[in-house]
Amino acid sequence: MKKTGLFFKKFYLGIILFFLYIPIVVMVVQSFNAGKSRAKWEGFSFRWYAELFHDRSIMNALQVTVAVAVIAAVIATILGTLAAIGIYAMKKRSQSMMMTLTNIPMTMPDIVTGISLMLLFLFTKVERGFVTMVMAHITFNTPYVILSVMPKLKQMNKHSYEAALDLGATPTYALTHVIIPEIRQGIVTGAMLAFTLSLDDFTISYFTTSPLVQNLSTLIYSKARIGIDPTLNALSTLMFVALLILLVIVNRRTADNAA
Amino acid sequence: MKKFLAVLLVLLMALPVCASAQEVVNVYNWEDYIDESVLELFEQETGIHVNYMNFTTNEDMMVKVETSPGAFDLVFPSEYMVERMLAKDLLAEIDYANIPNAQYTLPNLLNPSYDPNNAHSVPYMWGTVGILYNTTMVEEPVDSWGILWDTKYTDNVFMLDSIRDSMGVTLKYLGYSMNTHDIIALEEAKAKLIEQKQSGVVKAYQVDETKDKMVAGEAALAVVWSGDAQYAIDLNPDLAYSIPKEGSNVWVDCMVIPKTAKNKENAEKFIDFLCRPDIAQMNCEAIWYSSPNTGAIELMGEAYTSNTTMNPSEEALAGCEYFNDIQGDFLTLYNILWMDVKNAK
Amino acid sequence: MYNMSLPWWAYALMGAGLVIFIAMIAISVRRHHGVKRSLFATPYTLWMIVFTVIPCILVAYYAFTDANGAFTLENFLNFWDSNYAKNQLYASMGEAASAYIMRGTVNVDTLVYSLWMAFLCTVICLLLGYPAALFMADRNMKIGSTIVILFIIPMWMNFLLRTIAWMSLLEDQGLINKLLRWLGFDGVRLMYNSGAVLLGMVYNFLPFMVFPVYTSLSKLDPKLGEAAQDLGCNEWRTFTKVTAPLSLPGVISGITMVFMPSVTTFFIPRILGGGNTMMFGDLIESKFLTEGNWNVGSALSLIMMVLILISLGVLRKFDPEGEGGGIA
Repeated sequence: MKKTGLFFKKFYLGIILFFLYIPIVVMVVQSFNAGKSRAKWEGFSFRWYAELFHDRSIMNALQVTVAVAVIAAVIATILGTLAAIGIYAMKKRSQSMMMTLTNIPMTMPDIVTGISLMLLFLFTKVERGFVTMVMAHITFNTPYVILSVMPKLKQMNKHSYEAALDLGATPTYALTHVIIPEIRQGIVTGAMLAFTLSLDDFTISYFTTSPLVQNLSTLIYSKARIGIDPTLNALSTLMFVALLILLVIVNRRTADNAA
Repeated sequence: MKKFLAVLLVLLMALPVCASAQEVVNVYNWEDYIDESVLELFEQETGIHVNYMNFTTNEDMMVKVETSPGAFDLVFPSEYMVERMLAKDLLAEIDYANIPNAQYTLPNLLNPSYDPNNAHSVPYMWGTVGILYNTTMVEEPVDSWGILWDTKYTDNVFMLDSIRDSMGVTLKYLGYSMNTHDIIALEEAKAKLIEQKQSGVVKAYQVDETKDKMVAGEAALAVVWSGDAQYAIDLNPDLAYSIPKEGSNVWVDCMVIPKTAKNKENAEKFIDFLCRPDIAQMNCEAIWYSSPNTGAIELMGEAYTSNTTMNPSEEALAGCEYFNDIQGDFLTLYNILWMDVKNAK
Repeated sequence: MYNMSLPWWAYALMGAGLVIFIAMIAISVRRHHGVKRSLFATPYTLWMIVFTVIPCILVAYYAFTDANGAFTLENFLNFWDSNYAKNQLYASMGEAASAYIMRGTVNVDTLVYSLWMAFLCTVICLLLGYPAALFMADRNMKIGSTIVILFIIPMWMNFLLRTIAWMSLLEDQGLINKLLRWLGFDGVRLMYNSGAVLLGMVYNFLPFMVFPVYTSLSKLDPKLGEAAQDLGCNEWRTFTKVTAPLSLPGVISGITMVFMPSVTTFFIPRILGGGNTMMFGDLIESKFLTEGNWNVGSALSLIMMVLILISLGVLRKFDPEGEGGGIA
């Protein structure tokens, strides 16, 4: 009885995973299709991979995507970590007020966030482009950093900071040598989360950039309207493989550390 | 500290290379509307870097140009949008001294009503709106817009997700002018479009997706622009194009320079380059629209002149009209009518 | 290559912000003989005021003004009666036109349709996702954590591309139909309808249901279940009396995380629905980017925001602590 139950459970999970992976498999297969058609298999080829590196708009978009994600993640992490430490030290009432403020961008639908930021840039006549996209990304990233750091702060011993001060540490020293190491894990998680979110963002970037500065998502969206470009399949296959390798390496390292 | 330096390094590498000293021209064109190698040729010859950007419909383009002043040096609106942009005083006058190749423009496209003396616009391509159909699925002759309402083709028709085109086609079918301001005609056209949607004939409303889907045999009939039709016919010989007898829309897409352009001279250089017969030929052969360039037509010879999609006969064009721009209250009206169609269940 | 420059006042503003921040720190150092830590939140507070609070106020501002900036409620009338502007035009045109005056329900209908689709999507995600999360959290399932990773991996792939990939499966000449025909069945119409849109939504949002539920389930003390069984509950009763109620926070947060983005989706209907159906997100987008009508667009956004806040409030009732954490 137990055995069959377990088998059923695995079978069910298998079906759900099949549902999640089938379009990805289709995409990977298509990226090796010699022809341009979505439906017809015309032989195995690396043609789209070769074209990928010659496609200026895709390479540009890749650069923009990575640059925006890195810059936004770094700034959001700094801003968010400082904010979390600050909010944690606040009194109850201002603390809950700050958390409400933090929750606004997280609960607001992406399209409204995007549009409200677009209105801000239009209203203030700031030309939309790279900088505005970075600003928008920082705005929706920072709350996630705060939410990752907060729990670590709560877990920390309340008195270690004061103890450090009593022992003659300067506040800066106490911050960098007592607080930061304790919450490091939360900061790293927050930074990773921020980075991934901004890599994948479409809606908010769509409204806060100009056609001149495209990230991968907005580029894919405009290309999708013409019919899919197989070079994009090649690109996402490569990104997928890169992420998989990264995952394996990270897992290995954590396994090694544990051993 | 080492880690911090590593992060900083990644950050610097990721920063887009700022080649600010380089000459640029910011071009905003329709999706799939140029031979991309032309951009590289231009860069090689002039050293001016082309930032090439795309839009899907005239309406989307207009909003972007209005809300991003200074972002574009060269834009490709259709004739009725040129009219609107002129009315809104968005366009700079073109200095023809910088565009000697403008001499190749077809005489019948010169001095149009939407822009007297072509002071602000140079024709880039022209074409028609018609029906692209799959001869293996449609046996009868396609000579009337009425076939788009025939329930024989349930689930088999692609319409254009573009306000003026879809409304215009229907107005023509009902025997009105595409530019009518008669609200009863407009209401009738709307009702006709809703009837078409509710009868289940329409499979999808789309723009650039249509051509590849027609090649793949996803539908029997589609309302398309002539160049998309020729592109599809080239890839799938079962397809054919027809301009219905009720008449249709003939349009000219133009090159214009916004007043806010930051690189006007480079834009003019680019216009001149696109008007050069060999370049105009490259573009024409890549996107299959009708060329307004006499030099390019001469170079293409028989292949172009005998092609009825690209070079329609006088009779076919006789019933066709240009769009005039709609403005103010009627623009709002059009938008509302179109939303009714798009949301009809 | 990209225009990195901002207007002068933006730099001035940033400089001023920095000066204020440093001044506050300096004052606090003098007064308290040390940095007051709550000051660390100042840059963030300033940032959020400029990039969240002010933009929200702007949306409200545009929603309540007309094109000339004068106060008006017309934008909301335009929501209620999508023909509002048209009717006014017709009324001024004499009798023949007046015959066409009537209320347009496009906007309201679209909103109702979006809510309905989001509701369906949430229910399906819950029905599919809850068992998945439950099985993943099963302690007999030795590969549970691997499966969690397997659920996360697809989310790394650009979601637009994943959605587009469905197109090649669903089309009339797509893979599923080809397979069906090869097996001797008739082809079916899978794309260009609400069903395809719903599929795309479920596909995109299912992980958002699975993760929070999984998190709350895996936090449960396994001893609770054992205790219940010792007390004579069978497996089903253990589930209904112990496991299910305790996983409620996860379910609530899963519902929130699926419902919110579903209501506001705006690209899936266009890609998989062939533009035959519009959702509220599409409507807002077309008001801004096709019609350039910021005022009505803002009014629609405001209505959407209020709706979201209401539904959040309702959901909070079930989970006052807000404990059901998000991803991981």
